[in-house]
Amino acid sequence: MRRFSWFNATSIALGFAFLYIPILLLVIYSFNESKLVTVWGGWSTKWYGSLLENEGILNAAWVTLRVAIVSSTLATILGTLAAVVLVRMGRFRGRTLFSGLIFAPLVMPEVITGLSMLLLFVALNMDRGFWTVVIAHATFSMCFAAVVVQARLYDFDKSVEEAAMDLGATPVKTFMEVTLPIIAPSVISAWLLSFTLSLDDLVIASFATGPGATTLPMKIYSQVRLGVTPEINAISTIMIGLVTIGVLVASYSTKRASQRQERELKAVDAGAK
Amino acid sequence: MRRWLLISVPYLWLVVFFLVPFFIVFKISLSDIATAIPPYTPTFDITDIRGFLSQLDFENYAFIFSDSLYVNAYFSAIKIAAISTLLTLLVAYPIAYGMARAPKEWQPTLVMLVILPFWTSFLIRVYAWIGILKKEGLLNLFLMNLGVISEPLTIMNTTTAVYIGIVYSYLPFMILPLYASLEKINPSLLEAAADLGSPPWKSFWQVTFPLSLPGVIAGCFLVFIPATGEFVIPDLLGGSETLMIGKTLWGEFFSNRDWPVSSAVAVVLLLVLVVPIVLFQRNQEKQREAA
Repeated sequence: MRRFSWFNATSIALGFAFLYIPILLLVIYSFNESKLVTVWGGWSTKWYGSLLENEGILNAAWVTLRVAIVSSTLATILGTLAAVVLVRMGRFRGRTLFSGLIFAPLVMPEVITGLSMLLLFVALNMDRGFWTVVIAHATFSMCFAAVVVQARLYDFDKSVEEAAMDLGATPVKTFMEVTLPIIAPSVISAWLLSFTLSLDDLVIASFATGPGATTLPMKIYSQVRLGVTPEINAISTIMIGLVTIGVLVASYSTKRASQRQERELKAVDAGAK
Repeated sequence: MRRWLLISVPYLWLVVFFLVPFFIVFKISLSDIATAIPPYTPTFDITDIRGFLSQLDFENYAFIFSDSLYVNAYFSAIKIAAISTLLTLLVAYPIAYGMARAPKEWQPTLVMLVILPFWTSFLIRVYAWIGILKKEGLLNLFLMNLGVISEPLTIMNTTTAVYIGIVYSYLPFMILPLYASLEKINPSLLEAAADLGSPPWKSFWQVTFPLSLPGVIAGCFLVFIPATGEFVIPDLLGGSETLMIGKTLWGEFFSNRDWPVSSAVAVVLLLVLVVPIVLFQRNQEKQREAA
């Protein structure tokens, strides 16, 4: 094993400093008593208090949360199906187009996706609002979900599925009782990823939305254009806090789950001997 | 039968909500602006296909290519995206290299720490830089207190701020594929090179770097393609001199309300990006087959 050199340690330290210092400063200044960003006026939580009275922000937060929950659930179901199709269905007519449709949204500039979605909704004569944002978010998130789940499906021992089928389980039953529990950690992270993508999105939502469905990023964006205020720092800090807790809990519980699975497999192995 | 049912659900969803819209964008890019709802003409009419088709033309494209504003915005977006991609690679490589060389038991935590900022809002992370970069911002305050500079630097609302914003926001997209390919390299290859008398920098260029190329390529695509159409970063951090096509499209749509011209801008942008997008997909498929 090579020694962990000073050069490597320094580059990691500098890299993480670059990644985290801006976020840290944002969080610290959300507790600033002073309205001016550069003047430190002592610790205060008054900006959090004023958020609670800001009806516009609270409404937008509620819309965003609902959109994120519905669209990420839809995206996870569609993305898991898409991953199963990509990994398990072998070659079929139109497979190249299908994988193109999965990978293109990952890199497609958001302005193009947003505009094209909007024009589709207009062509279909759909009322724009909550549901059009949900559909738009579900569509691009399902591709991220598919990539996450397919990675897990690839390094999964297919013989377990085959054994279930040999013992007479139907494909649907095999999927629900064998495959799904094994890929569950990746399905959960796919849901979380879709959830944060939806929570986060400004551009696509701005195109797809209609009257009455202003999301939090849209609200934040319109305020940011007017300048930096401690109130935006406060709402940002709340969002960062929620996401961090969510990700940490999810990664801890999937780690626990995979350790348990390993232990059980070992026990089965030991029993077999 | 059941197999086709399973395939058709995600397939149809993507065709209806992702593929078909592009044809609609193309159709509207051939229309003319109108003061109506929807604000373009002609609208599709099944009873008079011939009349509908006869009203379509390439006027909007002629307009885009004759106006230097649009042409410059395309070139400038490609240039800014290319330079930022290179900068992101230069910043990400040592970090990913350090991560791949870190003790094995630290590595999952380090990966987690790279992913975490990616989970927090893009908009918020860009916003965080406004407070740092602006004239009376934290960076100028810090440097002036240290005595490095006597006059505040003007970074906010310049293209430099856009570079910083893109490198910062897209860094995890570059680190993760780089780390994935660097981590796979067998250390005994480097030991063998050293035993044969190769100095470390030479082993790096002749062994490590070529083996990390799949990660370099994947990371560059993941940064370059979306950065070309980026809107939020040039809008919030860039100034009037920063021309990027994503911002132009947004303005054309939301300020000028010209749907046909914004559609034409989108179609041309897609044509510019179609080659890198196809190469990206090929690269992903190839890596998957290798795995």
